[in-house]
Amino acid sequence: MSGRRTAALPTPVALLFLLPAAALFGIFVLYPMATALTYSLFSWRGTAQEAFVGLDNFVALFTTEPYRSQLPRAFAHNALLFAGAMVVQNSVGLLLAYVLHRRERVRRLFQVLYTMPYLVSPLVVGYLWSLLLSPLFGPVNAALRALGLGSVAQPWLGDPDTALWVVVLVTAWQWVGFPLLIYGAALGSLDPTMEEAAMLDGATSRQRFWHVTLPMLLPVIGTVSVLTFIFSMEAFPIPYALGGSNGSPAGATDVMSLLFYRTAFNSGASNAIGISSAVAIVLFVVIVGVSVLFTRWFRKVERGLT
Amino acid sequence: MKRAAVHVVLWGYAAVALLPLLIMVWNSFRSDQELVAEPLGLPVSPSFDAYQEAWVEASFSTYFLNSVLVTTASVVLSTAVSLLAAYALARSRSRLMGVIEQVFVSGLMMPVFLMIVPIFYLLDRVGLASTRTGLILVYAAVSIPFSVFVLSTFLRQLPVELEDAARIDGAGPLRTFWSVLLPLVRPAVATVVVFRFVPIWNDFFYPLILVRDRAQYTLPVGLTTFFGEYQTSWSTLFAGLVIATLPLVLLFLVATRQIVAGLTAGMGR
Repeated sequence: MSGRRTAALPTPVALLFLLPAAALFGIFVLYPMATALTYSLFSWRGTAQEAFVGLDNFVALFTTEPYRSQLPRAFAHNALLFAGAMVVQNSVGLLLAYVLHRRERVRRLFQVLYTMPYLVSPLVVGYLWSLLLSPLFGPVNAALRALGLGSVAQPWLGDPDTALWVVVLVTAWQWVGFPLLIYGAALGSLDPTMEEAAMLDGATSRQRFWHVTLPMLLPVIGTVSVLTFIFSMEAFPIPYALGGSNGSPAGATDVMSLLFYRTAFNSGASNAIGISSAVAIVLFVVIVGVSVLFTRWFRKVERGLT
Repeated sequence: MKRAAVHVVLWGYAAVALLPLLIMVWNSFRSDQELVAEPLGLPVSPSFDAYQEAWVEASFSTYFLNSVLVTTASVVLSTAVSLLAAYALARSRSRLMGVIEQVFVSGLMMPVFLMIVPIFYLLDRVGLASTRTGLILVYAAVSIPFSVFVLSTFLRQLPVELEDAARIDGAGPLRTFWSVLLPLVRPAVATVVVFRFVPIWNDFFYPLILVRDRAQYTLPVGLTTFFGEYQTSWSTLFAGLVIATLPLVLLFLVATRQIVAGLTAGMGR
């Protein structure tokens, strides 16, 4: 302990070392965050702050058009993005991580291959899929025709019924590399003696997965779910690339971030800043609120299991 | 599972993950006529015309240089200031430092949509609106929480004896930091650099809103105007996507270990 004591930096020196980071962080993160909170409580005329209006901007957001109908729709689409990602990562992602875990020789290779989409820019991914799904030269429709499924081929992004599912699947396709890596790392850090013991007791590999491995993975699955939720709520580049800032066709691919972006920068409404700040705060409250509640609930479930 | 089934699953998903990216690459070497005539064809007579067009006519050379400059400068700046801060946080026992660390780490949950309008006004007021310098400062600032978190965690695990020895030899704090600690934290620095490089290189939200001047565009914003203007020049579009992706693939190939380490940082629990 005495070694630690002697190495301590005197506080004035420590503050000096902290200064550059604190200044940068204070000016470009803390200050904007603090002012943003007040923005939503004022009415705006263009870029000029006018009167303090309390919660009027929030009331307007929930009661006047177009926000009244666009907000719940966009939110529902974000929720669907979350659901889609969760289904894919906890089926395909978990399965692949589990299969790779027991094959050390090929693990690294496949991890690299599977993580590639996750590392490519989401904007590039969105634009790439818009090209792949093109009705004119898109390889997806061409492949369907080649397989004799020509009747399924269609303008995927032109039809409101399919466009949203394209956004959901493309998002999940890109994101799944991340949970896969995390699950892989978590499986690698599990105590192998538990599984060996279950094996000696005659448990089948399926039983071992459901009753031994999966319960031990639960904490990690919980943490990844929270990250997936945050990511789904903030999704922006993929919907932007696939449907533009209006969420075309007909708002079918609209999400919260696009609603915010349109309101703040493209709407031309004089109170754009007041309303868009209210959108941003609602989104932030939902993200933090759900994350905290989910984490708490999950801890309880975990404790119940052990 | 049977061996064969396992191989089908593994290679099957490898195809799902990689085929779209491979198609992107080989379609960039085919002409528009070839793309329409044979959507599933391979590049039989590969041509670099699309790259020529994207790089020169569609100003990808400008976007690319801007991206390199902005990403490198902001990663270097944020890593430098975060290292100094992490050293202070890891080696000071003052209560105040604990509070400051909490403030930094709370930034991991930063509400970007909430902050963007004030940042826009702030840059406008100090004359940095629509400049690369403004973008660099913002990226460096938003990188601090992650960088400080990873670096201070790593520094705390280092033994303090070496620093004591340096101090007894008469080295001041800055000298100790520079010649004793810096060589030791290299692995953590590599993780931070790689792991901030990727999201900043890929980021599209900040420049979309903060940069209005095309000469200052980074690759992702450049891509959005490009997709508007070259709508019908498909092979050029594919080439543009490849140009935006190539540096990341190179980075990934040389730094797989750091990327995996960064992704799984703090997840072990």
